[in-house]
Amino acid sequence: MQLNELAARKGDDIDYQKLVFDYTRNPDQDASEPVRRPVVVVGAGPVGLALAIDLAQRDIPVVLLDNDNTLSTGSRAICFAKRTLEIFDRLGCGDRMVDKGVSWNVGKVFFKQEQVYAFDLLPETGHARPAFINLQQYYVEGYLAERAAQLPLIDLRWKNKVAGVEQHDDHVTLTIETPDGPYQLEADHVAACDGGRSAMRQLIGQESKGRIFRDRFLIADVKMNYDGPAERWFWFDPSFHPNQSVLLHRQPDGVWRIDFQLGWDANPDEEKKPENIVPRVKALLAHSAMKDADFELEWASVYTFACLRMDRFRHGRVIFAGDSAHGVSPFGARGANSGVQDAENLAWKLAAVVAGHAPDALLDTCADEREYAADENIRNSTRATDFITPKSDISRLFRDAVLELAKTHPFARTLVNSGRLSVPATLHGSTLNTPDAETFAGQMVPGSAATDAPLVRPDGGPTWLLRELGQNFTALVVVGGESDALVRSLEGVAATDVPLKVLRLASPGGSAGDSLVDRAGLAAQRYDLRPGTVYLFRPDQHVCARWRKPTAAQVGAAIKRALALA
Amino acid sequence: MELITSPHLQSPDDFYEALIEAHRDLDNAASQALNARLVLLLSNHIGSLDLLQQALQAARGTTPHR
Repeated sequence: MQLNELAARKGDDIDYQKLVFDYTRNPDQDASEPVRRPVVVVGAGPVGLALAIDLAQRDIPVVLLDNDNTLSTGSRAICFAKRTLEIFDRLGCGDRMVDKGVSWNVGKVFFKQEQVYAFDLLPETGHARPAFINLQQYYVEGYLAERAAQLPLIDLRWKNKVAGVEQHDDHVTLTIETPDGPYQLEADHVAACDGGRSAMRQLIGQESKGRIFRDRFLIADVKMNYDGPAERWFWFDPSFHPNQSVLLHRQPDGVWRIDFQLGWDANPDEEKKPENIVPRVKALLAHSAMKDADFELEWASVYTFACLRMDRFRHGRVIFAGDSAHGVSPFGARGANSGVQDAENLAWKLAAVVAGHAPDALLDTCADEREYAADENIRNSTRATDFITPKSDISRLFRDAVLELAKTHPFARTLVNSGRLSVPATLHGSTLNTPDAETFAGQMVPGSAATDAPLVRPDGGPTWLLRELGQNFTALVVVGGESDALVRSLEGVAATDVPLKVLRLASPGGSAGDSLVDRAGLAAQRYDLRPGTVYLFRPDQHVCARWRKPTAAQVGAAIKRALALA
Repeated sequence: MELITSPHLQSPDDFYEALIEAHRDLDNAASQALNARLVLLLSNHIGSLDLLQQALQAARGTTPHR
């Protein structure tokens, strides 16, 4: 089918795993000289699709190449974190994901048969989105593809496989293989979102380096008629699967995802056979409330993993995002989630550079910031892996001691590590931040991804802080002090090349007028707001500056700094 | 804060006796597990990462470099 047919057929009756998209010959293939495009994105997985949508929403035309013509099969990434859902909201497909996905905030940890620990990832209310949803990757890709189909600036070319990359000073030449034979395409910028086995990475002679874990895991997607809780259940050393770990997640359509640790000596081909998987699932069910449930196997895979990354995410005019740039172990759901955050970081910067609003140096900060985030994700997932799969007798001894103590001593529960679940990296020390000159309490330091809060619109309707932020820079001005004068002078700042959205926010009891109202007081609490306080948000909803009583010139300077213009 | 390595135990002989007594009748594996739990309990009581790192270095026999 064609991509636009997918948009027209929008509905739950689509089997996204079975969709096959048509290869269509593009006029670029018949051009006598290679055609030049501003941006080419390689790889139409979650990261490449998110990037293409974001760019198109910013009026940048995108060619999106995929070497295949189908979406993902199996649950794969499965856990999509709050920040990712907020990004999907900005991309116009958040509701679709959340409506279909299974929302969850609670995780439970078991040692042998006993529950030792439970955690709530989002213990406070006042957020539009849950800590996580579970959603099969094919739905995520399908919904992103549906959104992409609505955007005429996206030129998605199936069965277009990059086979050659030539870097020049001011462009990249790609050689692309198609069912009609090869053609060449020039791009001002290339984003390589082509996954862990990235062909782009190999073609430019780079590699991802790090730790490979000598262990194997079986993933089984099991369809089961059982109405269990939407929680993440993790077993250390359960009697139904001794000496290994097991992870259970509920997914939409009555599908349950089970990850069995197998050890390094397991034979992947044997373990993938249904006759070997079914007894493992039965053993798990027999030890749970699900013991009488009927099930059928939907999909299975055996995987190994590594924690690694490229030394640099930018190579000339090629920028790497997602698994092509970095790999993590699955504990903590930091793979796809960090990839979508890479895409969001890259999109606004690439758009600003292509539009001529920012210098090329802004793209260097994309690599800097996301390398920093990748290190944080790799550190977290490596630590979780070392706890889950101890590599020595003494490591195992301490692991079991922690689990034993966790049953009765609360302190030990903080050491139990079944995965530190994905939260966005706070970009401390980014050169795009304007450092604080005044004192603020709370978490919203420059470099942090904006946290949400419920607000009331001028017409009295409910809204959320993140939904009110603009596609470009946003200044949030708390009503009071001399804020009216500031808002008037910010209109001068807003008239520059990069638009500035100015949001006025009134305190709980404050006058409304045309401003938003923080009726619950949660924005004030989470951002330490006072009358006259101003927060400046980047287009990717990260805080980049804040003041108690700034001048318009200070706000303008902070925007320039965030665009690498100063 | 510096790790205290000068005498600080209230009653050294009583402590030592109690430490050995805690392991009575345990096989080697159970004793190892007890020691691991003990390290974790005491570490939580100390709390300070800096102090714990000094203790880890002292236990490993390297000179603490501060």
